[in-house]
Amino acid sequence: MVDVIVEPAPIGPIAAPAASERSQARRETIRLLVRRPAFIIGNIVMIGWILTAILGQRITPYDPFNSFSAGHLPPSAEHLMGTDRLGRDVLSRVMVGSRDVLIVAPLAAMLGVTAGTLLGLIMGFYRGKVDDVLSRLVEAFLALPVILVALLTLVVLGSSPLVVIFVVGILFTPIVARTVRSAVLSERELDYVTAAKLRGESGLFILSREIFPNVLGPTVVEMTVRFGYAIFTVATLSFLGVGIQPPSPDWGLTVSQEYNNMISGVWWPTLFPALAIASTVVAVNLIADSLQSVLSE
Amino acid sequence: MTRYIGRRLMLSLVTLWLLVTIVFVIANVLPNDIGRTILGPFAPQESVDQLNERLGTNRPILVQYASSILGIVTLDFGDSYVTGQPVWPQLFEAMGRSVKLAGLALLITIPLAVTAGLYAARRRDRLSDRAIVLVGVTSSSIPEFVTGTILVVVVGVQLGLLPVLATPPPDADIPTTIRYLLMPATAMAIVYFGYIARMTRAGTIDVLQSDYARTAAMKGLTAGQTMRRHVLRNALIPTVAVIAVQVGYLFGGIIAVEKIFNYNGMGQTMLMAAQRKDIPMLTAGAIVIGIVYMVATLIADLTIAWMNPRIRLDTEH
Repeated sequence: MVDVIVEPAPIGPIAAPAASERSQARRETIRLLVRRPAFIIGNIVMIGWILTAILGQRITPYDPFNSFSAGHLPPSAEHLMGTDRLGRDVLSRVMVGSRDVLIVAPLAAMLGVTAGTLLGLIMGFYRGKVDDVLSRLVEAFLALPVILVALLTLVVLGSSPLVVIFVVGILFTPIVARTVRSAVLSERELDYVTAAKLRGESGLFILSREIFPNVLGPTVVEMTVRFGYAIFTVATLSFLGVGIQPPSPDWGLTVSQEYNNMISGVWWPTLFPALAIASTVVAVNLIADSLQSVLSE
Repeated sequence: MTRYIGRRLMLSLVTLWLLVTIVFVIANVLPNDIGRTILGPFAPQESVDQLNERLGTNRPILVQYASSILGIVTLDFGDSYVTGQPVWPQLFEAMGRSVKLAGLALLITIPLAVTAGLYAARRRDRLSDRAIVLVGVTSSSIPEFVTGTILVVVVGVQLGLLPVLATPPPDADIPTTIRYLLMPATAMAIVYFGYIARMTRAGTIDVLQSDYARTAAMKGLTAGQTMRRHVLRNALIPTVAVIAVQVGYLFGGIIAVEKIFNYNGMGQTMLMAAQRKDIPMLTAGAIVIGIVYMVATLIADLTIAWMNPRIRLDTEH
């Protein structure tokens, strides 16, 4: 248990107590977060990959796309991670390999969380028939194997980054909806909701201005968790050949192009992108896990 | 209890119907011309029309929908667009091989994860607990194909301990088969270790804080006795639920694992179908795995109701 020192609220003008309380709470959350090594490590790794993705060719030792040496050179002082089947520098390609996944995965996660939160708010607040019907639908979506349905949809519609974003986002929607729904269900029994109802506020107002801010915590956690799963899913889809398409240096795609050579001992073009994926998803999950424990305390 | 089971079965049927409908919409309504999707943009219109005629995809959508619902009731998932043969026998055979792999993965992961979760809960917030939680977060966040790749490189290629391809020779005995399946099963087991261990830990911590666990401790039971007699039964309820959910995901993750280890199960069958745009095979796969997931959660719910009378009695009032 991290012991929380609650400082007495500063006595200020009565006009803006809510705002100062809220910003104080936020500062407290951040203070708790930066004390967690997992949160710091996760952020360092993520910022690192974001930087290499942005800086790209300016900092890679070789041109990741058009610089060709001999194929499949083992790691050496010249090529720290060796070269791939076409003789391109593996390190340079790993450094720019995060570009596509770091655009596609967050957008997919955002789509899923936005749609799922809306759906969850409606289901939890209005309950009754709407909730019954939507709950069945959510249940059916949850039974679907995500990767396989994504595979089917991408075959039917043809693969493009936009389709990947939509497919993954929509498949994540019911999962988020279920989480938000259960958060709303417990909120709506609380006194502040009754008070707002007695004041004669409309359902929409209560939902958006009273309940939503109070389920923001679980929503933020869900956003980070979904971001992690989105990277997981997009990388897997790229590995299966229906996600990010060539000639991208994407990690999952690279693994799928090179894994056949592992048996003959050429492991470096596969292992390093694989480790890059591992480091990214672990980093995101460390951040998500820290957020979850701090926000639920 | 019968009433509970009956209600639960009815709900499952509704879910199944919705699931089939969702898959139908994806496969038959989203593409505006299936013949065109299969043959590509440069095929002449006549052959596209011919193909649509042969596949029955030029019929009205509702007729197609009715025939696909009827088909599923009779376990007929249609004919492959590629071979013209019924999809189900081939899928069934491939699933048999996948079940072996997934079963081994569960056999490895469940005992380890439950033990780790219980151990962590009893040493809450100490170093060993933190370590187990960290390993759990890490292991469940890495995709199976990444773990598989790392295993192949380290265990298969560098150390040469286990075969790199998963398909055993045709006349292999059980130990040899397990030897071949061990690496892909481990790659899958690692992902599920994290989920199950964390769920067991959370469930146990909840129960350990309950009044009855405290009473048990205060009346002089040892920690072990309290665990066995009072805690386990309730603490493992979320674990049972999460294992059932994982059985469904297991078959999703198996696609990538089978590709890495070149194992001829349903994952490879699905990938092959995707490459050839064999939509009936893909829809059949999605529906069958959906059914597997639903049956698994159904069994879990019944197990939970059996473990905890409060749940099964709740529905009878």
